[in-house]
Amino acid sequence: MEKYKVVVIGGGPAGLAAALESFKSLDDKKVLIIERDKFLGGILNQCIHPGFGLHYFKEELTGPEYAHRFVEQVVENRIEYLTETHVIDITPEKEIVAVNKKGLKRIKADSIVLAMGCRERTRGAIITPGTRPAGIFTAGQAQRFINIEGYRIGKKAVIVGSGDIGLIMARRLTLEGIEVKAVVEIMPYSTGLRRNIVQCLDDFGIPLLLSHKLVKIHGKYRVEGVTIAKVDSQLQEIPSTERFIECDTVLFSVGLIPENELSKKAGVVLDMRTGGPVVDNTFSTSQKGIFACGNVLHVHDLVDNVTLEAQTAGRYAAIYSQHPELFENNIHINIMAKEGIRYVVPQKLNKNFVQPFVLRFRVDNFYKDAIVTISNAGKILIEIKKSILTPGEMESIEISQKILSQLDFSNDIVIRLQNI
Amino acid sequence: MSRIYDVAVIGAGVVGMSILRELTRYRLKVCSLEKMEDVAEGASKANSGIVHAGYDPIEGTKKARFNVEGNNIFADICNELDVEYKMIGSLVVAFDDYEINVLEELLQRGKRNGVKGLEIKSQEWVFENEPNLSRNIKAALFAPYSGITNPYKLTVALFENAIQNGADVIFSFEVCKIEKDGDYFVVHSADSRFVKTKVLINCAGVHADEISKMAGARLFKIYPRRGQYYILDKPQKMPVARVIFQVPTEKGKGILVTPTVDGNVLVGPNSEYIDSKDDTATTQEGLDEVFEKARKVLPSLSKRDVITIFSGIRATPDTHDFIIEEDEDVKNFINVAGIESPGLTASLAIGKYIAELVSDKLNAKRNLNFNPYRKDIKRFSELSDEEREEMIKLHPSFGNIVCRCELVSEYEIVEAIKRGAKTLDSIKRRIRAGMGRCQGGFCLPRVMDILSRELKIDKTQITKFGKNSYILTEKRWED
Repeated sequence: MEKYKVVVIGGGPAGLAAALESFKSLDDKKVLIIERDKFLGGILNQCIHPGFGLHYFKEELTGPEYAHRFVEQVVENRIEYLTETHVIDITPEKEIVAVNKKGLKRIKADSIVLAMGCRERTRGAIITPGTRPAGIFTAGQAQRFINIEGYRIGKKAVIVGSGDIGLIMARRLTLEGIEVKAVVEIMPYSTGLRRNIVQCLDDFGIPLLLSHKLVKIHGKYRVEGVTIAKVDSQLQEIPSTERFIECDTVLFSVGLIPENELSKKAGVVLDMRTGGPVVDNTFSTSQKGIFACGNVLHVHDLVDNVTLEAQTAGRYAAIYSQHPELFENNIHINIMAKEGIRYVVPQKLNKNFVQPFVLRFRVDNFYKDAIVTISNAGKILIEIKKSILTPGEMESIEISQKILSQLDFSNDIVIRLQNI
Repeated sequence: MSRIYDVAVIGAGVVGMSILRELTRYRLKVCSLEKMEDVAEGASKANSGIVHAGYDPIEGTKKARFNVEGNNIFADICNELDVEYKMIGSLVVAFDDYEINVLEELLQRGKRNGVKGLEIKSQEWVFENEPNLSRNIKAALFAPYSGITNPYKLTVALFENAIQNGADVIFSFEVCKIEKDGDYFVVHSADSRFVKTKVLINCAGVHADEISKMAGARLFKIYPRRGQYYILDKPQKMPVARVIFQVPTEKGKGILVTPTVDGNVLVGPNSEYIDSKDDTATTQEGLDEVFEKARKVLPSLSKRDVITIFSGIRATPDTHDFIIEEDEDVKNFINVAGIESPGLTASLAIGKYIAELVSDKLNAKRNLNFNPYRKDIKRFSELSDEEREEMIKLHPSFGNIVCRCELVSEYEIVEAIKRGAKTLDSIKRRIRAGMGRCQGGFCLPRVMDILSRELKIDKTQITKFGKNSYILTEKRWED
């Protein structure tokens, strides 16, 4: 059986950053990346629009450009990687079974970084009634067909979901000569960035229908149209507001789900709210020596944050592979998401590694002029005023050494919104 | 290809394919005429996949007879055809005294129909054996010989075995006119092809009444009755071990919750008469009804686990029983119509019955070369690691995983195409690529690459299920 210090599952932005960081921290540089696609870079390869890297590189890159900077370093450092290789099993003992055209491989890792990314929610997952004709795509499928393969996917489209991916695809379809009839959003607000609403919809005159729901898909062979309706504050359809829109294409951009099938096989405990593993501030999962980062951990809106998080995970994975004893007798305190906070990552603080870290979280609703507090043992340690908070935008707060020094380790850390 | 046959079967659903396969046991030239591009495109792809024990149909009916006979031979035929069949048993659960009385009626009727092993089980037994079911259940009828199968894979297997044994299946053949020419029927398709045949068998499902009329045979009516379903993701632990029915009403067997042979959870169907025979839409009302009723039995059911929804259309005849008979006026024209539930279970027995009837009629000899065995495509997901290694050595493409949710390899897709799959749905039904939790989000473009390569067609010509169901509209640039 082949042996590695660190094996990274997934060669997207999280996997690449984690592998590079592990590699830097290791004496014995046995790092392996396993990627199921033909190329490293993951879904970034099909995201040819700009807007990546503004935080991390302080410049605006396209997805492939952003990925390339990391791929280049992987190649320069001669980090080992396998492409078109599919991991089919991971055991709690950190044995990996992977297959490719050459055969079935068994690999032993001292530590593993899970970086498998996420998948898209589908028309079926959100239970959209109607027929099942051709012409129904997820945004990612459409992106691949258009940006990588060079095909047009229809003539007239309706997009469901106004997160950044939906907005960007509205512009992309328009540029390809596909008429976007509307972007339909069930919530009263878009979860996309303001700049994307302006640059992707307003600039092209594409209507954004807030508080609207797609209630039925029509068409026998190819989509022939959709029925939409207004919804009330409970997201229930308002009677007699139904409207038919003729189109041959429907794009669903209705959220992402961390791809944790392998994590489950490895016995990793998952967080119901993020859909990803429960981790501590070292990005260690409930299985010792198995770490997680990127969209498999929780779904990010900016790749820059994925990179930062993955670097930390990669660093600790390297530490574990050399000094597993440091992770013996781990004692954790919980970091609890309370009022107004949908989830927080990491969910635990490891008392063996009381070092500064970043808390990333999402709120559960749209809030104006709210205060985010972090408290411990009834004492507020951090208080931050926010003029706008939306569920679509991931927030972060740094937990500094100074804050850590004030912690009472027999009590939970609690993050909540106040005065809401 | 000669277009003169001894027997032609209209409709390539599970009943039509079962008849076709059984006919190849005789030295007859047989074909099937199918309007779509694949088998199982109608009710056979969209039903509950249950092999019923036979306590539901009224004694003396064709439904009762073919249900019980079908159940008796199901395991053997699935074994011959390498199709999964699991005899997991079923429960009809009762919530009150009235319903307990119905269970008693079903038990007695089942006994009269010749169903073995039926028993009414106590509340305690139910909770011990099905701990996730509602605590409001008072008793249940247990039928140990009920089972589950995959209805479209069975249809595909029957098709492949019929082809192996010399039958023809002519696709995209939409019957539009039937004439008599001496001893032969001349069956015309919408695109001006025709087939001549001595015996014509009508297995046109929901359209069987139209075909019967076209042939100048008996007039009857098929009412389309739609049922809507949910498919849930493969759970780590199945919430139910058996097929769980509710007490039937005049509308049918009601909403069930069951494991599928592929490891998903299936919930449905409701029952609604609809105007159009092809209206396979799901509706909010229908889906809500199904979910609420299913929750009554299995309170832990969650919409979070839903991966897709679909509907199927039952061909309900105005005669209230299967119509399986040679026409009184039109000799050699045989209606096999109104095959609603328990049609899947009955299909294999109907096939045997019709083949015997026809072979007697035509004085056909036994086909001594008939081979009842058919092997399914080797499935990556079902092999051990050692077997996988062996297969990859033989076929490197077995190591290229295309569908990540269902672990389907490139080899399997190529095999499905070699065996006749031409569309995305036909590949999906044969080997499950695109049937998992991401519903093809990842593998659809990759499956299209392989279809395009193997069939040597441009990707713009690839369809979901034939006709106008194209995926891509235009090539914008060359690589």
